[in-house]
Amino acid sequence: MYEIVKKEALNPTVMRMEIRAPLIAKKALAGQFVILRADERGERIPLTVAGCDVQAGTVTVIFQIVGGATMTLATLPQGGHLADFVGPLGTPTHIEGLKKVAVVGGGVGCAIALPVARALHAQGSEVTSIVGFRNQDLVILEKEFREVSDRFFMMTDDGSYGEKGNVCVPLSRLLESGETFDEVITIGPLIMMKFVAAATKPYGIHTVASMNPIMIDGTGMCGCCRVTVGGEMKFACVDGPDFDAHLIDFDEAMKRSRTYVEFEAKAREKHCNLFKKEVS
Amino acid sequence: MPKFNMDPKKHPMPSQEPLVRNKNFREVALGYDAQTAVDEAKRCLNCKNRPCVAGCPVAVDIPAFIALVAEEKFEEAYEVIARTSSLPAVCGRVCPQETQCEGKCTRGIKGEPVGIGRLERFVADWHMAHSAAAPARPQPNGHKVAVVGSGPAGLTCAGDLARLGYDVTVFEALHLAGGVLVYGIPEFRLPKEIVRKEVDGLKALGVKIETDSVIGRVLTIEELQSEYGFEAVFLGTGAGLPRFMGIKGEGAKGVFSANEYLTRTNLMKAYEPDSETPILHAKKIAVVGGGNVAMDAARCAKRLGAETVYIVYRRSEAELPARREEVEHAKEEEIIFRLLTNPVEILTDADDNVVGLKCIRMELGEPDASGRRRPVEVPGSEFDMDVDCVIMALGTSPNPLLKQTTKGLETQRRGEIVADENGKTSLEGVYAGGDAVTGAATVILAMGAGKTAAKAIDEYIRNK
Repeated sequence: MYEIVKKEALNPTVMRMEIRAPLIAKKALAGQFVILRADERGERIPLTVAGCDVQAGTVTVIFQIVGGATMTLATLPQGGHLADFVGPLGTPTHIEGLKKVAVVGGGVGCAIALPVARALHAQGSEVTSIVGFRNQDLVILEKEFREVSDRFFMMTDDGSYGEKGNVCVPLSRLLESGETFDEVITIGPLIMMKFVAAATKPYGIHTVASMNPIMIDGTGMCGCCRVTVGGEMKFACVDGPDFDAHLIDFDEAMKRSRTYVEFEAKAREKHCNLFKKEVS
Repeated sequence: MPKFNMDPKKHPMPSQEPLVRNKNFREVALGYDAQTAVDEAKRCLNCKNRPCVAGCPVAVDIPAFIALVAEEKFEEAYEVIARTSSLPAVCGRVCPQETQCEGKCTRGIKGEPVGIGRLERFVADWHMAHSAAAPARPQPNGHKVAVVGSGPAGLTCAGDLARLGYDVTVFEALHLAGGVLVYGIPEFRLPKEIVRKEVDGLKALGVKIETDSVIGRVLTIEELQSEYGFEAVFLGTGAGLPRFMGIKGEGAKGVFSANEYLTRTNLMKAYEPDSETPILHAKKIAVVGGGNVAMDAARCAKRLGAETVYIVYRRSEAELPARREEVEHAKEEEIIFRLLTNPVEILTDADDNVVGLKCIRMELGEPDASGRRRPVEVPGSEFDMDVDCVIMALGTSPNPLLKQTTKGLETQRRGEIVADENGKTSLEGVYAGGDAVTGAATVILAMGAGKTAAKAIDEYIRNK
């Protein structure tokens, strides 16, 4: 059992939890992920590590409530326990030797982009952070991002906060003005990462996307996290989750990510009805 | 002395009716009752040369335990098996006895061999049902051994070392111990309760089990040895990396590796209504491959409500690598075999859902390296199968994680860990066995390897 040391809502559907897992906290690097189960009946949920505190022995995860399993997870109280918490899985984001980097995060993907930006900042890289959200209510981790960024761009789809537009707007603007980066690292919705890749491609800037496909074991066994990269089948759990964004077949990945949409919708409905019962 | 039973046939295994069982996940084979077991045991000649023992990878003293069954001394019979086998209830269910002990049985020359597997299962089940006594804890010898992976190889190695007094810790990546016994082999062939009890039996011997521990990531082998004081490490990490065909459409929705399909079903219990883990409930499913895993996947698919389930295999019936019994069970459960057929493309709609499987007919040519006749495409014989789900059961390669994260651990081309006949690897104090070394094989061979390595580890530590 793994204690939930701290729990807080970052916005109405995004939750941060600090979990006691000293061995994982000691080992996890930016870009790696964990798999957790809320309880004995629970689904295995892969979540990228959002931060670690080696001293306190805790690992931070940030998740969005999407389906039944994440709803169950969100109901667990601070001081409560997770049934399982395993990691660190996947290969860490490659940051060595990068001097000037743009980190482009979207939505809850910013939770994963932040430790990458933080690690880059810590090694002395020049970090340009571009983060995007649908609207002001959904903005998370702004303060934390600003702390580790040399330049920071806040975008919202509806313009309710920061600049109106998507993350590609400032990115393209920078690139058009002749800016260049050793690497662009993008983490967020597949469609956003696809457009970021398209934006950097003409400039030949190496671009890395962090994939978050459907997954079960996270150790290379089930093969459901397969992603086509440069025409080759790769497993995100052991070969990734970071891949060359210019080589990823995003269209296939987007379709695959919708495999269980119907199931998740039903699970959500079931859970919501359960909550209704508890209330009444 | 009990009277000898002359019947040339072994007692049939009572089983659920095929068209009943293909709609539930309960165990197919129901097991002998005591009277049937005693009668079957009396068929054993107790012959001098004991070919059955030579046919068993862990050398269970088969004639001795069968003689005790014939005398209705079931607990004593269990003790005989437990001396050499860590998982009797598992072996009695999933061993390919027809090519091992029973394949060598003297009675098999003129009639059917003694039902050794069925008797082993009976004895193990009888023990679980009737014996509450915890096994005596061996005297600790003060030495620590780590076992990586809790599948049949790891559990056997752990059990044997614990019996010798070692302080054994088993590290398992998943949330449940058992490896392929819990994620791969379906409930209806091997109830998970049985696996749990076997694991509990090891715990009672003092074996510690650490789930949620991916060795290579959270702790390296080097750390286990230097920081945690394990004097030897056994790697029983199995072969879980699924292979695909490399044909068009394999990224589509509705294409699974057998591992994924079976893991969702068995480990995550996706067939139970309250499971949070989803599974695609397809109507027409093609399972590609002809091994035991293919049979398991096909039979799960049927139980999950598929109307039509095909086995698509490129060779003919004679070459099916699955156990005969599994093939028969599958056929009885209305699995349709499309033999000498090989997929060339998975057909999809605009939304990337599977809508068909384009196949080509095959014929058998000259024997290949495996000694089986090589399947050759019949030109122009392509045809489409109407399916909405494809499960790839083409075999698996050793798990890649340890290779990636362990410096100096030698592996072969497909990732098999290099180990000598005693399981010794290229690293000091590190042993390996089972599918991690051989590539995908059987439960009992993995157990045999775990057993051999346990012996070698014991010698290594005693001679240090």
